[in-house]
Amino acid sequence: MGGEAVIHVLKPGLLTTVQDLGRPGYQQYGVVVGGALDGFAARVANLVVGNPDNAAVLELAQTGPELRFDRETLVAWCGADFDAMIGQERLPPDRAVRVAAGQTISFGFARSGLRAWLAVAGGIDVPLVMGSRSTYRRAGIGGHEGRPLKAGDDLKTLATSGWAEHLLASLRTSGKPATTWTVRPGVMGRPAATGVVRAMRGPECAGFTPEAQRQFFSADWTATKEADRMGVRLAGPVLERRQAGDMVSSAVNAGVVQVPAAGQPIVLLPSRQSVGGYPRLAVVATVDLPRIAQLRPGDKVRFEEINLTVAHALYLARERDLHRVRTGLARLTG
Amino acid sequence: MRFTPLGDNALMLEVGDVIDEPTHRRVQEAWRVLAAAPLPGVTELVPAYTTVTLFYDPVLAVQAGAPGDDIFEWLVARAKERLKNPPKMEKPKGRTVDIPVCYGGEFGPDLGLVAKQAKLSPEEVIKRHTKPEYLVYLVGFAPGFPYLGGLPKELETPRHAKPRMVVPPGSVGIGGAQTGIYPLATPGGWNLIGRTPEKIFRPAEHPPVLLRAGDRVKFKAITAEEFAKWGAKP
Repeated sequence: MGGEAVIHVLKPGLLTTVQDLGRPGYQQYGVVVGGALDGFAARVANLVVGNPDNAAVLELAQTGPELRFDRETLVAWCGADFDAMIGQERLPPDRAVRVAAGQTISFGFARSGLRAWLAVAGGIDVPLVMGSRSTYRRAGIGGHEGRPLKAGDDLKTLATSGWAEHLLASLRTSGKPATTWTVRPGVMGRPAATGVVRAMRGPECAGFTPEAQRQFFSADWTATKEADRMGVRLAGPVLERRQAGDMVSSAVNAGVVQVPAAGQPIVLLPSRQSVGGYPRLAVVATVDLPRIAQLRPGDKVRFEEINLTVAHALYLARERDLHRVRTGLARLTG
Repeated sequence: MRFTPLGDNALMLEVGDVIDEPTHRRVQEAWRVLAAAPLPGVTELVPAYTTVTLFYDPVLAVQAGAPGDDIFEWLVARAKERLKNPPKMEKPKGRTVDIPVCYGGEFGPDLGLVAKQAKLSPEEVIKRHTKPEYLVYLVGFAPGFPYLGGLPKELETPRHAKPRMVVPPGSVGIGGAQTGIYPLATPGGWNLIGRTPEKIFRPAEHPPVLLRAGDRVKFKAITAEEFAKWGAKP
């Protein structure tokens, strides 16, 4: 097992946070689940550097950080199309890259999409708070001091796996900076067409007019600036309900499409609150939720209606693909 | 009793459709039964006013024997079976939690406003706000935030049209027919009538909150001196 690397934050990026797969189990107390907004991409990045699925990664948004590493290690990143460099070279996504001691990696702007997840061998070492290392900014807990990274922060990593050490040694010997194989989270399972997000009818769907139901599943929606880790407000046709009036607050879920009185939908992301009182017109399939997390203001999206059985099939297909990759990678250095 | 999918990894059990104590008791009962021994694949339960939502992992459900093309019905059948034959459980002892509150002044800038619209003196508002045993219907919105039932009708006060940018943690407020306590410094539109020195959200403790669904709450008026000394060892 390898040791700890110290990562110096030279530039923090716009909103770089430590995230794992979230803090489930505490919604009954009003504590949000949160975690990486694309948990699947975080799992893939972790897998590629030999980490457990739930190891803490860095989530990058819009403009990424500049990081200097004290000792040699492996990194991998997945997600939006960031301008990423290692020294003077391009830092390619979706594969393991060797970072030499003293080297700097830097992320510029995302050319398309919004967020990416950077895994470091061993995983980021921050204290577990309620079973998770995820940053819960609103409560000021988790992650690195409960907040986004700042210039001057130092991050440690946990011990790397034997598999990662083996891969690191083979990259060092071969003189190659990165693996030739890649693992791309976006192509696993059965991805939807570009610009399409698959969704199911939600519990209050029937409370909307037939026209509103049709509009939701056919219109071109535009992402607005009102977007954060809790959700993204979309602009498009006004969705009318059959009857106005409040509903009794109930649990919400990541992917829930809630529609406040103004008739413009909000798609909830993993840092959503635990309960909500707006009618839930639809729920986005788990496998397509990462697309919502990548929307920039002005981006277009269309919703395609699927049923629950199809959503489960998509989910299980993506997990099977990941399992196959996992098995293949285990053999690679075994 | 009705089960509805909430996406591909959660399902909602509805035991009623109005906010009242009998419905609350049914929610609590169903929650206890389902939590006593987790159903295969179920990872988390979230009770609300009329519902208990079960979060599940489709992979774990399939590993436990659910058919991949009918995970929902498989889970519903198991939940129904469990609810029909609940395990032997001890009746939970109801908790009543006293919440000390320093009313008015800088801690409760809207006490006068609430008094004015209720046509009562501030002292009378305090008397009436500390009288009921409130019921915690659910905890949500923010960590530890209790949705309380039982606010005397005459104290109901509309929310501010323009919410405050920051409400200090511990603030006790009235928003429409609801009263509650802000656990964190957040924006908020409720009328602030006082503040408690008690921590509502306690991330280092288990459970990490002072109040839980099903608890009864009694507010106790304290002075500014008592507030300042609260929690300090005598």
